[in-house]
Amino acid sequence: MAVKVIIPTPLRPYTGKKESLELQAATVGEALASLTTLFGDLKKHLYSDDGRLRSFVNVYVNDEDIRYLRGDQTPLREGDILSIVPSIAGGAQN
Amino acid sequence: MATNTKISNLLETANSNATLSKEEVMRYSRHLIMPEVGMDGQLKLKQAKVLCIGTGGLGAPLGLYLAAAGVGRIGLVDFDSVDLTNLQRQILFGTSDIGRPKIEAAADRLRNLNPDIQIDRFETRLTSENALDILKNYDIVVDGTDNFPTRYLVNDACVILGKPNVYGSIFRFEGQITIFGAPGGPCYRCLYPEPPPPGLVPSCAEGGVLGVLPGIVGAIQAAETLKLIIGKGEPLIGRLLLFDALAMRFRELKLRKNPECPACGEHRTITKLIDYAEFCGVRGEEAASAAQTTVPEIAPRELKARLDRGDDLFILDVREPHEYQICNLGGQLIPLGELSRRMNELDSSREIVAHCRSGKRSAEAVEFLRSAGFRKVLNLKGGILAWSDEVDASVPKY
Repeated sequence: MAVKVIIPTPLRPYTGKKESLELQAATVGEALASLTTLFGDLKKHLYSDDGRLRSFVNVYVNDEDIRYLRGDQTPLREGDILSIVPSIAGGAQN
Repeated sequence: MATNTKISNLLETANSNATLSKEEVMRYSRHLIMPEVGMDGQLKLKQAKVLCIGTGGLGAPLGLYLAAAGVGRIGLVDFDSVDLTNLQRQILFGTSDIGRPKIEAAADRLRNLNPDIQIDRFETRLTSENALDILKNYDIVVDGTDNFPTRYLVNDACVILGKPNVYGSIFRFEGQITIFGAPGGPCYRCLYPEPPPPGLVPSCAEGGVLGVLPGIVGAIQAAETLKLIIGKGEPLIGRLLLFDALAMRFRELKLRKNPECPACGEHRTITKLIDYAEFCGVRGEEAASAAQTTVPEIAPRELKARLDRGDDLFILDVREPHEYQICNLGGQLIPLGELSRRMNELDSSREIVAHCRSGKRSAEAVEFLRSAGFRKVLNLKGGILAWSDEVDASVPKY
């Protein structure tokens, strides 16, 4: 399935400044795996050392949080939009 | 909507004897002639008590619109002073306010805008010790802070006290807005159980914010606050609004209450305020910056003396290209993120002095290069900021 992945501003330094991209994937897990294969530096920002999605990063299929769907196993349909939404704190420099 | 009614009922109890003066009727006439606000709504606004945490980029439009709308009592919490870099986005302040406590400048501005309302000033950092005492006297809390520890503190305090928390946060061109802690609605920890560890937070190289962005996000927070008070419309509860100013696009995501949330779930484990600096690993970050001093350094004056003497030094600038354009020391630019694959551009037989803006990124660069076998690498202590202070005041600081 062709799906669109939207990269949030804080993670764009690790995706060659790309704001979004199209991927072929049947599940959320597959989409994220091919994303982190394409952009190796992204991996440590999305996953902790034990391989779990970090707790300050949420992934949505269209407008629904994958934690309330089937997580990594959530199936994707043609044209779905996958959003990565990390927590941001504010404008403080440090 | 059920949750909405509940909140406006909370506010209504204090409402019975309020009236508007002839002058107030005139001042709020554009509200009064709208049925959605009307006399009822305006009296609710007059009776409402809203606490604004932070009077910076988000707090500025928020404070201005709440005061202009006639919110009867506005509490302001801030401990900072106005500086020149604030004025790019913090529209509560003017150039003549530089150096003044923000809380004082903000209160003056809001009082001038609307002398009929009460402004409570809390010139303090919000802490686990004072938060419950400060928050308890208000109906609604608006989070306009700029750091993770305070955001978790505000969330937990609001959940404990049962206060709605109108949340907004910003990064560069992007904003997130929602209402946490409303009856039956999710809280910040339902969305993000834990903050990012400090090392993964974008550094100053990737920071910055478009000046108007907090204006837009803060104004949305103001709109949601006013709607909660008058009890009209559809509040932003259970919905996370994402705003991208670059694409000029709003998107909305569903936000669910997590039944296992440690703060608001059925089996909650957080029943009192904790040490939020520790929770967010900020202590660890301090320890890490202490480790920074272990890399070999050179002070700005010493570097200047050695350059004047004609010593053969290679100056390596590890900032980003757009920072190099602001000011530079004539060094070779290799951004920290590119260092590992561009190492071959460096001559390990020469003495290298690495620098960045403040000395933090270049310390990482020095450590990396030494581990890669470079022996003669030094970190410019305090970076360009210290160079400007101690050697050449004509170099601008940013």
